[in-house]
Amino acid sequence: MLKQMNGPLLKPKPQPDSVAPSPEEPSAPVPRRKIEHKSSRFADAAFRYLMLACALSVLAIVVLIVRELILSSSLARHTFGLKFFVTQVWDPVSGDFGALPFIYGTLMSSLLALILAVPLSIGVATFTTELCPLRLRGLLSYLVELLATIPSVIYGLWGMYVLVPILRQYVQPFLAKYFGWTGLFGGYQFGYSMLAAGIILAIMIIPIVTSITREVMSAVPKAQREAVLAIGATRWEMIRVGVLRNARTGIMGAIILGLGRALGETIAVTMLIGNTPQISKSLFAPGYTLASVIANEFSEATGDLYPSALVEIGLALFLITLLVNIVAQLMVWSITRGSAQRATA
Amino acid sequence: MIQSKYWWRSLQDKLMVGLATGATLVVLVPLVAIFGYLIYKGIGSLDWNFLTKIPKPVGEVGGGMANAIVGSGVILFIASLIGVPMGIGTGVYLAEFGKKRFGYLVRFTADVLNGVPSIVIGIVAWSLVVVTQKHHSALAGGVALGIMMVPIISRSTEEMLLMVPQSLREAAWGLGISQWRTTLSITLRSASSGIITAVMLSFARVAGETAPLMFTTLGNQFWNFNINHETAALPLQIYTYANSPYDDWHRQAWAGALILIILILISMSLVRMAASRGVFKGGN
Amino acid sequence: MGVGVQVNQLNAWFGATHAVHEIQMDITANHATAIIGPSGCGKSTFVRCLNRMHETIPNARVEGTVKIGDTHVYGNGTSAVEIRRRVGMVFQKPNPFPTMSVYDNVAAGLKLNGYRSHRDLDEIVERSLRQAALWDEVKDLLKKKSGASLSGGQQQRLCIARALAVEPEVMLMDEPASALDPISTSKIEDLIFELKQNYTIVIVTHNMQQAARVAEFTAFFLSGKLIEFDKTEKIFTNPGDKRTEDYITGRFG
Repeated sequence: MLKQMNGPLLKPKPQPDSVAPSPEEPSAPVPRRKIEHKSSRFADAAFRYLMLACALSVLAIVVLIVRELILSSSLARHTFGLKFFVTQVWDPVSGDFGALPFIYGTLMSSLLALILAVPLSIGVATFTTELCPLRLRGLLSYLVELLATIPSVIYGLWGMYVLVPILRQYVQPFLAKYFGWTGLFGGYQFGYSMLAAGIILAIMIIPIVTSITREVMSAVPKAQREAVLAIGATRWEMIRVGVLRNARTGIMGAIILGLGRALGETIAVTMLIGNTPQISKSLFAPGYTLASVIANEFSEATGDLYPSALVEIGLALFLITLLVNIVAQLMVWSITRGSAQRATA
Repeated sequence: MIQSKYWWRSLQDKLMVGLATGATLVVLVPLVAIFGYLIYKGIGSLDWNFLTKIPKPVGEVGGGMANAIVGSGVILFIASLIGVPMGIGTGVYLAEFGKKRFGYLVRFTADVLNGVPSIVIGIVAWSLVVVTQKHHSALAGGVALGIMMVPIISRSTEEMLLMVPQSLREAAWGLGISQWRTTLSITLRSASSGIITAVMLSFARVAGETAPLMFTTLGNQFWNFNINHETAALPLQIYTYANSPYDDWHRQAWAGALILIILILISMSLVRMAASRGVFKGGN
Repeated sequence: MGVGVQVNQLNAWFGATHAVHEIQMDITANHATAIIGPSGCGKSTFVRCLNRMHETIPNARVEGTVKIGDTHVYGNGTSAVEIRRRVGMVFQKPNPFPTMSVYDNVAAGLKLNGYRSHRDLDEIVERSLRQAALWDEVKDLLKKKSGASLSGGQQQRLCIARALAVEPEVMLMDEPASALDPISTSKIEDLIFELKQNYTIVIVTHNMQQAARVAEFTAFFLSGKLIEFDKTEKIFTNPGDKRTEDYITGRFG
């Protein structure tokens, strides 16, 4: 968030003479503006209620979201009950719907993204806060932030026509050859796969994890760093003990926020994951996420049960991201102690 | 007597520094690659035709995305009519009036709203507007994007307003200026450049969203200025073209993507200029 | 046992600012040397040159030689890490590691240097805490209390214990009691008396009475230069330089 310096203080206007009449002169009656006081009170109240209405509208929106999700999914919920979340079948033709492949897909792709993104983000944050020369610092953080401005559909486009061919031609054969024994890299190498989705998600969440990690690392006081150096530590040891250790709760919060972002990401993933409702051990296999199935099939969902099942998936996605974001908020709040402080003086 | 295994620790130190540097380089690779490809693949197709013509029939070569660019503008305009007042209003409430529990609740809810996946917002907007109106429209898309703008604007507005020193408000109250006038003319004006920054940032964020538009605006291959009908939107067009089997549409997708990122970067640069001017502008 | 410190034509810069000029000093082993002078006279900067902490500031530079015993602090092959282990430092504001227990705070330096066995660590932690006169107060909560939950005076003694644990030969103290109450201050001063027997102490202080109480030798700094360096007694009763006399009698600073 941008910080703005405070402007010059308003200079109070000089007092008009009539307010303090001198005792020698007969004092002119001071006009009392009772009527204007009343209207200001009304306007003040109206203004306050108007602002309150805006604030309430935020609550109303969230309530509406929950309401719509619950209502529109009721048919599917009553038809399938809780079985919905453990059924692997997704067959619109026969009307048999189960969300398990999508839950797996969402979790797996997000997990893969975290595994790739977190070490990189911490590395970048460490480099920018502790290791790189001062003049590069601003430039580097700007460049990483730039990644965050790229819309999802552009990530998807680039992924489809640049990343996937690279995966197909170089990366997948390499992984299959040397790491195939892990069982993670088997099967056909379509390119459109869990792996592709995981990689693009990792790129997309790196900016947010990096920027929060950088913030919490910078917030560690210099005295802590000096304390570690003074007992004879190398630079890395100083970073490890004096900075990362002190910042760990914040870094956890950053990771969870990144997770929340990955869970809800739709378009880029849809374009790269292959859109096949299946659960497979191999990262080369195509998959499907909660968000992707909605994006792909909602417009063409016919009948009543089909759209309802999709909305139920939307409800599930909403609840999962809600939970994760609440946990992340709590972690970040526990460090910054709630709302911003009002400026004094 | 302490005997530190210094050579090992020194090695570790160099290794870790190397890894951190390496991580930074690795992260910069996709940045360069994406922008590089956007320019490489898109620049050739960015001509006057592309910017002013609408798509040709399926399979034919040529045409442009003029309708999508304009359509995005229309939808964003509708979105801002909803998102900006509600966002600023909520921010004002939280900063000037919101105390204690209710304030926390609103702030918390705004954060929740911020984290809702955009596709879910799309579903809700579909349910609220499309189903009710029984047709797709730019209006529905605008509603979806507007909802997404609210928490972004609200959070920044609140932050900006809290940075205005209390003494400024007290000076105004001391002169007998009413609360509402103080807030509007003095407090908000002080924070105005920051708030404008936030509004533009929310634009940049929301302009690239595809998912909320998928079931609301649906997209359109032709010109449409009626907000109650399906309208083309740039991200949506890019998505459709990218997924199509036609090479020419792929080419146009890159061009559209390049336009989109240019527009976003322009608005972000304006944000930066407004922000830096705001530092020196100060009060009135 | 402590070693002596020889400072030879030491100069230090912050970027273009010449903060410390041509310091020539021989610091006697196993004695306490106080550095006094008005604010901004370079005392802290000078002391931070002795354990190579000055160079951690961007654009900082040091020229000249410093010898700890036989080792050239700024020699070509000397590692700053090793110097900082041999020359301990206690800072003005106590800075224990807040995420670690008392035990872990003291053991932090040891663990970095490869000590793993619990028995070794336990032994050294206890010894260090005893040397810092903190053992009795924390011995029951060693692993339960966090370093930051102690009182200010205890925190500073914890920092002293932490510094002592890595077996330094010289202890640098940069106004160690200035953030503490009088009782804690006097505890720290008692401590310095004890520590002198085994370590060479250099203590920066703006409190002249403290210097007189604690140190055998005193150096008076002014504007980055060493004005006078002699036995404490002489400095305070019969200073050679007029500027020293002015400072001591309170005419400035």
